[in-house]
Amino acid sequence: MRGMLGRILLFGVIAGVACLHLGMVGMVGSFQERTVLDLSMVVEDGGVGLGFLMPFLAILVIANRAAAPRLQEEVPTGPGRRLLSGTVAGAAGGVALASLALLADSNAAASVLVNARPPLANILWLGLEPVPGSLMLVAGGTLAGLVGSALVLLPGLAARAAIVAGLAVLLVALLEPFLSVILANVGLEFVEDLVYARGALQLPAAVVIAALAGGALYAGRSGGALRGRGQALATGSRANLVRWALLGVAFVLLLLLPQIVGRRLSDVVTQVGLFVLLGLGLNIVVGFAGLLDLGYVAFYAVGAYTVGVFTSPGSPAFAPGLPFWVSLPFVILLSVTIGLMIGAPVLRLRGDYLAIVTLGFGEIARILVGSAWLQPYLGGAQGITRIPPAEPFERAPESVYYPILAFCVVAALVAISLANSRVGRAWNAMREDESAAEASGVNTIVYKLLAFAIGAAIGCIAGAFFSAKIGTIFPNSFNILISINTLALIILGGMGNIAGVIVGALVLVGLPELLREFEAYRLLIYGAVLVAMMLLRPEGLLPSRQRAAELHEESEEEAGEGEQPTAPTSRKPAEASIGP
Amino acid sequence: MTHTTAPRAVPAVGTSDAADAILRADKVTIRFGGLVANRDIDFVVPRGRIVSLIGPNGAGKTTFFNQLTGMLQPTSGDIAFEGESIVGLTPHVIVERGIARTFQNIRLFGAMTVLANVMVGRHVRMKAPWWGSMLRLPGVRAEEQATRERARELLRLVGLPRRVEDHWAKNLPYGDQRRLEIARALASDPKLLLLDEPTAGMNPGETAQMTRLIGRLRDDLNLSILLIEHDMKVVMGVSEEITVLDYGERIAYGSPEEVRRDPRVIEAYLGKGAASA
Repeated sequence: MRGMLGRILLFGVIAGVACLHLGMVGMVGSFQERTVLDLSMVVEDGGVGLGFLMPFLAILVIANRAAAPRLQEEVPTGPGRRLLSGTVAGAAGGVALASLALLADSNAAASVLVNARPPLANILWLGLEPVPGSLMLVAGGTLAGLVGSALVLLPGLAARAAIVAGLAVLLVALLEPFLSVILANVGLEFVEDLVYARGALQLPAAVVIAALAGGALYAGRSGGALRGRGQALATGSRANLVRWALLGVAFVLLLLLPQIVGRRLSDVVTQVGLFVLLGLGLNIVVGFAGLLDLGYVAFYAVGAYTVGVFTSPGSPAFAPGLPFWVSLPFVILLSVTIGLMIGAPVLRLRGDYLAIVTLGFGEIARILVGSAWLQPYLGGAQGITRIPPAEPFERAPESVYYPILAFCVVAALVAISLANSRVGRAWNAMREDESAAEASGVNTIVYKLLAFAIGAAIGCIAGAFFSAKIGTIFPNSFNILISINTLALIILGGMGNIAGVIVGALVLVGLPELLREFEAYRLLIYGAVLVAMMLLRPEGLLPSRQRAAELHEESEEEAGEGEQPTAPTSRKPAEASIGP
Repeated sequence: MTHTTAPRAVPAVGTSDAADAILRADKVTIRFGGLVANRDIDFVVPRGRIVSLIGPNGAGKTTFFNQLTGMLQPTSGDIAFEGESIVGLTPHVIVERGIARTFQNIRLFGAMTVLANVMVGRHVRMKAPWWGSMLRLPGVRAEEQATRERARELLRLVGLPRRVEDHWAKNLPYGDQRRLEIARALASDPKLLLLDEPTAGMNPGETAQMTRLIGRLRDDLNLSILLIEHDMKVVMGVSEEITVLDYGERIAYGSPEEVRRDPRVIEAYLGKGAASA
């Protein structure tokens, strides 16, 4: 019982601190400019701003965690207590918000807490008087806590459907500037009018989207379970047909994408494409072969600089001025050579040691390209300018998108083929147990070098297109953040899985590019997302499942609150959870 | 217990002609600094026999094993497999030559499926080059299919049911993991199979099954088998020749009956005094 009380208090404090934090760092204030939900149908001139919504979303997640079953529970906690702990956490968050609003309204601490000023109080109180406003905050917090904890009590599938519905609404609301452009581009203005009003999602549309997203998940999952029950054989060929049809539709959509989304979004998409390429390459090294490489940016730099030197008429000492496509084979050759050179000395290193050494290699690459020693060839800090685009593709994102897409597809196919082959198995075996792999006949030296070489080839292609797309490269474009970002997107998406790489790139590279107004808080959010992922779902968004998982999905579902089918690295008991 | 063939005439060490021995170790010595883990060990595995290596803990059995498989290199002496020295070769080359092993502490590829584990074992017998796998050439796919079939056969042979083939190896029960490890070793088509304590941690029923399996492997696959074992019942039941190590030296050699009666062996296992009692 005392443990229970402590836990309730702990989560109450977490919720309170989170709410205070969001308000004090100014997120509430600056995000308020973005209206996410238009309520003018209900309230005159009403709209919910993202700033106001933010602390309540945080409460929702924290309350869900507060109510979730713990790892080693001696006595299973009853539903009443679970609801109680979530609700208390929510109420604590609400109280914290109300206090913050009062503090801000008094303007007493404005000299220390620069964001605690009357406008913040106005946002939090929704323009109401202090007393009703504060009561509303406490009530809202409590309600959010109740909803968050109630999710735990729902059966697994329903909870997941609810979460997906909520996320879909949030996403559609947040991406309004882009979705409205897209809808206008494809001639669906009337849909736009239905969905959005005054830059925010309309209430009826939100309900419809939630129903669609939740319903689709529900239908898909229960249908999947049915298939698992042995009716698969009869419908096998049809399912195959459906899959091919879906692939076809996706392919056509991908081809038309730049036309649909316009220039601004095309730029984001090509940016994502470059990181997908990087992710696919690094995934072979880290995900398949288990070699933790923290200096992957080196290959990106080699690709970019080699293209720069070979193609730019302005490259300092040696300017053959080759066309992009002629230089590409040299780029790959050089990068693979460097990959082997980096790989050879670290063959005997494992785990952390390998990570440290490769980290050093990445930094060496950046410092070398900016060094005075190589300045006559690589331009030093001035970099290389006037790099021509990859003719016949132009520099414009709508155009350079296509070769990047093509190479992403090729890299993905290569990765998939290798994964399901003698090579992929040898890599996996090496990742699992190097000595046992060697004792099973795998030449670990050759396979390590092969992983480094293929990873280097894919990474340098990304660098080459970066060069051709941007036209000017500087040493600082190749800092360690590229390596870290690439690794983070692999981990976020799900190690060792191709689809995971794509999802990871969309979330970690695409979303921040789209939500530029959050620029100031970008790293803060980024860090919070990574920490939350590691705590809630360490195996990534789309963990690489082998056939076993698919085959046994049914029993997992029946086991009740299966969080995800046989995620290999999941160390938690099955539970419904908020989060992606 | 299970073997029915009467022990054939065992060639004495150093006198048997080379054609009979699939593996021959000659005065193998390995030092780690001042410690001599194996000293002047002579050892022969006759073709088609099940031979055991026993000895108290720390006698140097696994160290000796590791030299046979290339994981350690002897300080001096020679090891010949099929008449050719294998000293200095890396483990994967030795696997290719035809020696496969299991580990005392099971070392499967935990996050790979049961079937994939066995298919990794087949690695050295596959010819697909990496670029062939990348392009999914027809020949490569055919080989892949054949490998899958062969892996299934081996799983059946060691007694693992078809339904576990897509499970993660680490989720198998202990006894099945031991079987899987044997199937993985067999996948490389070895001529000599080295089993490091295959019944360690098993209950009597599982031990009896494993003992039967070992006998069957020799008979069905025409293998030579070298066994490290603690369980005297297994050793006496299944092996035709036994070598006893103690403190890194060979102290006895012979048929199970001979070894059982050898006072030095009794002394090594039970201590001084037990032998004369």
